[in-house]
Amino acid sequence: MVSGFAVTLGHMFKEPATINYPFEKGPLSPRFRGEHALRRYATGEERCIACKLCEAICPAQAITIEAEERCDGSRRATRYDIDMTKCIFCGYCQEACPVDAIVEGPNFEYSTETHEELLYNKEKLLANGDRWEPEIASNIKDSHLYR
Amino acid sequence: MLKNFSKLLKCRCFQSTSFRLQQQQTVPEVEVFINGRSVTVPSYFTILQTLRRERVTFPSFCYHERLSIAGNCRMCLVQIEGMAKLQIACALNVGKGMKIRTNSEKTMLAQESVLEFLLINHPLDCPICDQGGECDLQDLSMRFGNDRSRFTDIHFSGKRAVEDKDLGPLIRAEMNRCIHCTRCIRFSSQVCGLDVLGTAGRGADMLVGTYVDKMFLSELSGNIIDLCPVGALTAIPYMFKARPWEVRKANSIDVTDATGTNIVVNFRFDRVLRVLPREHEEINQEWLSDKGRWAIDSLEMQRLVTPMQRVNTCLCPLDWDSALNIAAGLIKCANPKNIMAIAGPHCNVETLVAAKDFLNMLGSEHTYVERGMNYSKSNTDLKAGFSLNVNMKDIVKADRILLVGTNPRFEAPVLNAWIRQAYRTNECDIFVVGPCCDYNYHVNYLGADVDCLSNAASALQGAKRPLIFVGISQLETANGGPIMSTLSKIVASLKVGSDWGVLNIITRDASFAGALEAGWKPGALEAVEKNVPSLVLSLGADESFYDWKPPAGIPFIYIGFQGDRSSELATIVLPGCAYTESGGLYLNMEGRSQYAMPAVTPPGMARPDWKIIRALAEYSDVCMPYKNLDSLHSRMGQISPNFTCLGCYQQKVFPDLVGQLVTPAKGTGCIDIDMKTLKDYYCSDVFTYNSSTMIKAQKAAVELARSSYARI
Repeated sequence: MVSGFAVTLGHMFKEPATINYPFEKGPLSPRFRGEHALRRYATGEERCIACKLCEAICPAQAITIEAEERCDGSRRATRYDIDMTKCIFCGYCQEACPVDAIVEGPNFEYSTETHEELLYNKEKLLANGDRWEPEIASNIKDSHLYR
Repeated sequence: MLKNFSKLLKCRCFQSTSFRLQQQQTVPEVEVFINGRSVTVPSYFTILQTLRRERVTFPSFCYHERLSIAGNCRMCLVQIEGMAKLQIACALNVGKGMKIRTNSEKTMLAQESVLEFLLINHPLDCPICDQGGECDLQDLSMRFGNDRSRFTDIHFSGKRAVEDKDLGPLIRAEMNRCIHCTRCIRFSSQVCGLDVLGTAGRGADMLVGTYVDKMFLSELSGNIIDLCPVGALTAIPYMFKARPWEVRKANSIDVTDATGTNIVVNFRFDRVLRVLPREHEEINQEWLSDKGRWAIDSLEMQRLVTPMQRVNTCLCPLDWDSALNIAAGLIKCANPKNIMAIAGPHCNVETLVAAKDFLNMLGSEHTYVERGMNYSKSNTDLKAGFSLNVNMKDIVKADRILLVGTNPRFEAPVLNAWIRQAYRTNECDIFVVGPCCDYNYHVNYLGADVDCLSNAASALQGAKRPLIFVGISQLETANGGPIMSTLSKIVASLKVGSDWGVLNIITRDASFAGALEAGWKPGALEAVEKNVPSLVLSLGADESFYDWKPPAGIPFIYIGFQGDRSSELATIVLPGCAYTESGGLYLNMEGRSQYAMPAVTPPGMARPDWKIIRALAEYSDVCMPYKNLDSLHSRMGQISPNFTCLGCYQQKVFPDLVGQLVTPAKGTGCIDIDMKTLKDYYCSDVFTYNSSTMIKAQKAAVELARSSYARI
């Protein structure tokens, strides 16, 4: 009984196990697989070349790509859709990508009220990439041992 | 030594032909051992042929069974016991008791090294390469290559980099990816008959390309894309569109000419993306004409997607029910005896049978195809009178060929490949009665007049297997009678076996043989001029309406998939299907029936043509005896057993009667051909004229003809 109260008492002086979530966040691994993003090169050129390897490897078939020749003759995606409600966050897409274009970034707070909002298109993914680029770049640097 | 050398030479010349020709004679067989297992093969076999026949997985790049042997990729190096060095399997003949080791360490190391050498100069741009997923280099690297690279020279001199070639608006040449297998060069010189491609330089400096800045344009040019084992040659119209693993496939039949080329339609998201040839040993080998391959963008141009009705000068869309009601009303009001149906070039047999049954039930006998043919009293009773009377694969056995008013190179490119093969391998002499045209073999012109046919008799005399090809366009004119009567006299004077059909007719429309077999009559234009129809039903027929317009007040119903002249004139337009959407049965110029599988769904409110006719019959209070495809097929089987006996070539009966029933008539004399050169080939009908790829190709052909290198 005494020892039971001692444990309780001890915990009162310890740091709480819970966090005050929206204001505090837990630690994230650099290899955390969160919301998808399409990255750009430093020049602003989009990385994705529409090779469709991510589409092929996606076990949930959440990715749809259509490609076309851009006016400068390079191969680019005209459509890059991810159905986030199908996605199982396995991370195969970022592993398959030969140019590090599609990545799963550190963001996990993107809940929406409608299903349609979770059907991401290319603009949304590129905007994600622009928004999270510093974190994504540092995460990729940190996880070099596993690549 | 000499004996061995001549043996080698023999097998180096056309493989498949020599194979087939020698098969008939008894060939000595030899026993060889593949990894200790004993097999017996004909003595003319090469080691690679033996391995392929025994289904041993063995790599090669430059070897192709329909081209000559080059032996320059070195991928098929194999260890033979008793020989000090490794040998290339594609160019070495089998010998008695030869012990072949395909899985020895020496062989595997050699294959690995060859791949490593190839990859030194091959860019690693698979992610942006169109060949990715169907690339021989990828596949063989996975199976036979090493899993790590020793290539470290990326900073010093880098990989080989060469300029890209401009081969025209259809073929993209990314020459960095070339591995110098020379398949394209051999194809262009041996099958296309164009010595445009070649190599310059040796070793690491070797370059494949055109010697001068010249485009590679040919009626079979698309096949070099299929032949290229890597992504050096890719199709521009299909560029970046899809990966091979994501397209779905449907086996179909090409309808842009009458050869009945077997094709595979690749489609994704209900859109046709590309067409590839399917192997058929008796028709197209594995080639496909450029029109069949690239005119498919026409399937999305000028499509009719909703039923329409003419209101004053406009066509106004309406729904199926009212459209069929109005059409049935028109049919009921018209004098049933004079209702006339005209079939276009792409109709499948299902549509033709349904339409003919419908008209017959109404009481009309006027069913016509656009193309005329009026040389014979037998009309269309004799199949030998309107088709090819020799199996297409047997053309290669011919020793003398006479072409009368036809240029098979553009009218039937796949058939022309057989003629060229006969010319190359069988030393066939080719004679031409007709104007000067662009042939891809040496021809002897006998004149462009009907009277010149008399010279042909002496030219063909003494031949063991002569063939005469007559263009169907000649039989439309008044020349048809005189040409056929002279030719049948010549045929009668020749001494050939009864199983060898000498006199052949090259037709040009995919629907022609099927329509005539189903009981349709040729000569729509003549018919409409002779007796004025009370109602015209056009099944995708457009070309007739450039010359003839239905007089005012005559109702005109159009059932078809593409809007052109016919739909402009129509009172009611009922949108039908293209061959990729409805599929169906097609008879080729040999009379061989083949079934095309449907690939995609028809756009908008379009429906399969035969179903439209069936519904129209229902609305017109005519009860047709079939409800679904199965019962329609059994009806087709009643009309002709040939419609249900798919795929096989049938010998024609009474070919000698054709000559006896020719209508004697006086011709105008001069023979003309409408497709003389390559620039006439691409846009020759409504379907191809609507294709933007074909228009680009035609412009390029005009440019090429004007360029100073055209004749080099």
